[in-house]
Amino acid sequence: MDNNSAPLIEIESLTQIFGNNPEKVLAKVDQGMSKSDVLAETGHTVGLRDINLSVNRGEIFVIMGLSGSGKSTLIRHFNRLIDPTAGKIKVEGDDILTLSPKELIEFRRHKMSMVFQHFGLMPHHCVLDNVGYGLSIQGEKPNVWKTKAKEWLEVVGLEGYEDQYPSQLSGGQQQRVGLARALCTDAEILLMDEAFSALDPLIRYEMQTQLIELQGKLQKTIIFITHDLDEALRLGDRIAVLKDGEMVQVGTPEDIILNPVDDYVRDFAKDVNRAKALKVKHIMDRSKDKIVDCDSEEGLQDAFNKHDTLIWTKNNQLQGVVSKNRLAAYQAGQIDSPLLHQTSVKKKDYLQSVLPLALLTDHHLLPVLDSDNQVIGSLSNDALAEVLSPSFDAA
Amino acid sequence: MADQSWLTEFPDMSRRELLGIRKTLDGAYRDFSRAYGDQIEAFFDPLLSFLVWFENLLLNTPWWLVLGILAGLVYFMSRSWKLCVGVSLSLLAIGYFGMWDNTMRTLSIITVCTFLAIIIGIPVGIMMARSNRTQAIITPFLDIMQTMPAFVYLIPVVMLLGIGKIPGVIAVVIYAIPPVIRLTNLGIRLVPHETLEAATAYGATPKQRLFGVQLPLAMPTIMAGINQTIMMALAMVVIASMIGVKGLGQPVLKSITNQYFTLGLLNGLAIVALAIMFDRVSQSYAKRTQKHLGGDQNGQ
Repeated sequence: MDNNSAPLIEIESLTQIFGNNPEKVLAKVDQGMSKSDVLAETGHTVGLRDINLSVNRGEIFVIMGLSGSGKSTLIRHFNRLIDPTAGKIKVEGDDILTLSPKELIEFRRHKMSMVFQHFGLMPHHCVLDNVGYGLSIQGEKPNVWKTKAKEWLEVVGLEGYEDQYPSQLSGGQQQRVGLARALCTDAEILLMDEAFSALDPLIRYEMQTQLIELQGKLQKTIIFITHDLDEALRLGDRIAVLKDGEMVQVGTPEDIILNPVDDYVRDFAKDVNRAKALKVKHIMDRSKDKIVDCDSEEGLQDAFNKHDTLIWTKNNQLQGVVSKNRLAAYQAGQIDSPLLHQTSVKKKDYLQSVLPLALLTDHHLLPVLDSDNQVIGSLSNDALAEVLSPSFDAA
Repeated sequence: MADQSWLTEFPDMSRRELLGIRKTLDGAYRDFSRAYGDQIEAFFDPLLSFLVWFENLLLNTPWWLVLGILAGLVYFMSRSWKLCVGVSLSLLAIGYFGMWDNTMRTLSIITVCTFLAIIIGIPVGIMMARSNRTQAIITPFLDIMQTMPAFVYLIPVVMLLGIGKIPGVIAVVIYAIPPVIRLTNLGIRLVPHETLEAATAYGATPKQRLFGVQLPLAMPTIMAGINQTIMMALAMVVIASMIGVKGLGQPVLKSITNQYFTLGLLNGLAIVALAIMFDRVSQSYAKRTQKHLGGDQNGQ
């Protein structure tokens, strides 16, 4: 996802101070006065301090933090539901803070749409009118927006509910309406403010799956707010961690888990189910010295000087895993094949799905294949054990 | 001597000074009404001619036609046969006891007052909802309007415009308008923040937010305010009759001064009947139009 050159959204040294006279307090905040000191001395609350981030086209950028960390405040700056005290917000290179009220309305209509924690649906409109809301206030003809709204309702799996009112739907269904409403305007940026937080775990998981599926097709740029690290890891291409209005760390999901910058992020990452969050590619051994490419068993002999277990490929096609002892026994005619096993894992597999294989196959090495079935590395039980064991935290 | 008495007696200003204040204020106001009374009366002329026209319309139309139209309106608003029959029966009884003309007069002035109160009250309520400062300024005035005895603000109105329909309408509107203002303000402020935020986020203009989201969602509360306004206007009918507003209030006033118990009771009951009519019809209309909002009340 990082292959696109210019970032779509850039936020530069954004600061938000709540109070009667934020400009006056700004200098003190810039000097690095702490949040509690600012509150005690001036009665102003520092909502966000010196936030810098950039979001690339087509990625899911997750902003994560506990309640009160300023994440909902931050996302409201993207479409200027809140104006910052200082800083710049650039979308496609243009600073949106310079937009006139009219231009801002146009910008909101076409560039961004938003999904809300408590859905934010219009209780007095039926489901169809809710989905088409964005288009209808743009002055689109009813038959145009109604057709489109119907299509999106089908996409989110709510066909047949057109004439119901939001109060007649369950929470999950209401948020599907919210999602359909956001997609219906064809805006390329989707802001999702704790969109799934109000749903129960099963429905939340289902909605996440749906979002991932949709994102695979639509390739929107999504800013996703959550307080749930599991959700962040599942959805995010990159994750930003906020604490008390300050950006603590920005990185890929595995960065956050494997290289937390401070105790706050480490605490966050501690309870995460790593087997569910990490993929084989994050912990695999990419060195080729355990992979031997040769045409016949004879060629393997020489390779066993460093390792006792090797991955054998023939013309880059995986043959299997061989061990020194087994090869010797095979050559002595005691067994039919030198191979220990022929199982392999994909680099995109989650550790969770690899674990049973690693436990069942009686050996210490699993070949890792890429999407073209080429062997690109190996996964050892030691690596698995190391990353999944709690003592890893202490290290 | 006067220097020590402040312990036992309140150190009030001298009579002469008080008289001075009264004379100055009364004089100033009298001068004002002499200077501008005509202009102000001219300003209200269109309203007066509308009032007279509407009253004559109700009085000159044959009673059965008025009855039919009213019954039709009630059915159109409430879609309830029961209510429709009830209204027709009470109107028949009113006519049978000889109060038809006065009821029509009261009906016309109440209708006009209610419309005025809505036309003025809802925009004021919207302004109050938009800014806390406006709310802080207007609220004390509403408090005064609701608690100041109606007779007190009748005085300047009568001084300015004399006795008649217009001062009556003004007095009724002053008395009856606070609920619709207050509840419009409240209703708009109670619109869920996230719903309004959603409208903004999708690029709604301020106008689209007001008419598409705020007013529709505030409607149940506003309707309750309108209902209260109508009730208060009806309650004001008797007082308004003291400054020459014809209608059911005048016989009541006459009964008080002459101790005609039955006459007072009958006309009082007619006012009650009108009040119940307005109340039930406006409430069932409100309920019917906001059915879709009732989802949460239906336990869903």
